[in-house]
Amino acid sequence: MKGPFKSLAIAMAKGFVRDKATLFFAFVFPLMFLVIFGLLFRDIGAEKMKLGAYGDGEVITALERSGVVELERFATAAEGEAKVRDGDLPGLVEATGTTVVLRFAASDQAKAGTVQGLVAGVTQQLNVAASGQPPKYDFRAEQVEDSSLKSIQYLTPGILSWGIAVTAVFGAAITLVNWRRKQVLRRLRLAPIGITPILTSRVVVTIGVAVTQALLFIGVALLPVFGLTLSGTWWLSIPVFLSGVLAFFAIGMLVGAFCKTEEAATGAANIVVLPMAFLSGTFFPIDLAPKWLQTVSQVFPLRHMNDGVTDFLVRGKGAEALLLPCGVLLGFTLVVSFIASRVFTWEES
Amino acid sequence: MTSSGAEAIVVDDIHKSYGDLRAVDGVSFTVDHGEFFGILGPNGAGKTTALEIMEGLREPDRGSVRLLGIDPFPRKVALLPRIGVQLQASAFFDKLTAREQLETFAALYGVGPARAAEMLELVGLTDKANTREDKLSGGQRQRLSIACALVHDPDVVFLDEPTAALDPQARRNLWDVLRAIRERGKTIVYTTHYLDEAEILCDRVAIMDHGKVLAMDTPAALVRGLDAPARITLERGALTESDAAALPGADDVSADEQSLTITTRTPAPLLTALAERGTLDGLQVRTATLEDVFLHLTGREYRA
Ligand SMILES: Nc1ncnc2c1ncn2[C@@H]1O[C@H](COP(=O)(O)OP(=O)(O)OP(=O)(O)O)[C@@H](O)[C@H]1O
Ligand SMILES: [Mg+2]
Repeated sequence: MKGPFKSLAIAMAKGFVRDKATLFFAFVFPLMFLVIFGLLFRDIGAEKMKLGAYGDGEVITALERSGVVELERFATAAEGEAKVRDGDLPGLVEATGTTVVLRFAASDQAKAGTVQGLVAGVTQQLNVAASGQPPKYDFRAEQVEDSSLKSIQYLTPGILSWGIAVTAVFGAAITLVNWRRKQVLRRLRLAPIGITPILTSRVVVTIGVAVTQALLFIGVALLPVFGLTLSGTWWLSIPVFLSGVLAFFAIGMLVGAFCKTEEAATGAANIVVLPMAFLSGTFFPIDLAPKWLQTVSQVFPLRHMNDGVTDFLVRGKGAEALLLPCGVLLGFTLVVSFIASRVFTWEES
Repeated sequence: MTSSGAEAIVVDDIHKSYGDLRAVDGVSFTVDHGEFFGILGPNGAGKTTALEIMEGLREPDRGSVRLLGIDPFPRKVALLPRIGVQLQASAFFDKLTAREQLETFAALYGVGPARAAEMLELVGLTDKANTREDKLSGGQRQRLSIACALVHDPDVVFLDEPTAALDPQARRNLWDVLRAIRERGKTIVYTTHYLDEAEILCDRVAIMDHGKVLAMDTPAALVRGLDAPARITLERGALTESDAAALPGADDVSADEQSLTITTRTPAPLLTALAERGTLDGLQVRTATLEDVFLHLTGREYRA
């Protein structure tokens, strides 16, 4: 069984690699979305506040070192004050000698408050340090992973899942239809091989392509321009990823079993994948959608693949979170494969 | 040769209907081991349907088939390595070169890639080894498709119109290939529209029309059975009509603007007489062919 399996897998892999349009839609097209959205939304949630600075007191140095604000220095205090008055800056810190003055614009209350708290905090810290006494209250800031991620953190799993879903569905469906239409399936029936090497070779090629896509998309997202950071449990996303590939492969088989021509299969695959892509958090976090839509989207395997991959790739959830996405995706695979096997025919008529 | 008896294929009264259409309507014949058997007939005669029933690709509505002693339907995996099939529409993998197609098919039968080069050589496609299937000409595809059917060295070969779409040269080359396969003791069943070709290649032919076998025998016996006269044609003016009628064995003489045609059942003495007179200008001898057999059997002209 090794011979037929291997040769069919090679035949399919070559067919895939030699088709420029398929390559484009598998690799370049999703990557375009990743790059465009990645750059477009790069600064959202990560933008630093600007603050005017005049003088050279210790407070200014400390503010600069905190990395929380971006300082814009002015040669005269009047110049900086003008900027604040114009609303270009939320505030100006004048630190000369031991006096620290913060001039702020009241127009933006929230920013004014933040700026005041920040400058006051830094000044108090310096005061405590100057007193030589250990601080009575120990204060530490610890970051908690919250659900509102930096955009690249949800874009990567979303576009990854979507790109893989599209490729798996189309790959399986088009191969099946093409082979049936071109009589390859009948010809394979005349060879002494079972259905197993035909199916497994196609599954293996689909997984191989999906892994390549994943490496490419994650690799690009990890570049400093995009700044993806992987969580410690990123490797737990692999089972979710594989279950997802199988689910979409099964959908492709179902589409291929139903459709008689490549055009029909392309249309049907689009009808299946497009709504899923929009409603499963591919391009925007599904949490932003209305509640009812979030519920509806639970029926889509892409939603579960997307959530599952996000949970491990970037949210760092533990192994217990594997159960839901893997269970749903594998269950989906079984049901859809069963229907596909009922509908499937070797010949056109 | 094998335990399956003297006949490679036994077809017994097979029927196949598509709705009201009787594609195959009671066909019976046997093909011996090592025989070159041709199925002839116009479009829609039922050749492909009959062939696919023999291959086990279709189930007959009625009747039975024994292929190497085994009923080929439903699919018998043990039988498959022993038969080679070229389907009427060539079946190729997308975007693979000629060599890769052959290597892939070879692997399906557990045959190593070395056979691929051999097969390319056999069908004269060595220089197209690295050409993609969709870049081959119709005739080249046809030859590749035959090579794919032969790659695992089967005992019984089914070829559905292997010489369709070939130029005369390629057709003749393919005849050599088919003869070479036969020399190796293989059984060949093939369909064709070319009556002249079947006459040259086949040990026996079955002439089909409307799902039925109209006649089946060696091509020579079928032609002989017609008892049709030979027609000798000469240039007009080489001979007068009355001189022609006086020639030994001349049954009938007719003439038109360009030519004079003498009908005879004994062409040998008549040709000798013509040679003695030195009137051989533009001489053509036409004896009955399978085409005449077809015309006789169906009452209509053969249109390939
Ligand atoms: N799958 C099918 N469904 C319905 N009718 C069919 C089918 N296959 C063949 N037929 C009909 O059966 C008849 C015989 O077809 P078949 O393909 O056997 O003819 P053929 O002798 O091989 O013709 P050709 O020389 O054109 O290849 C035709 O009238 C055809 O329309
Ligand atoms: Mg046919």
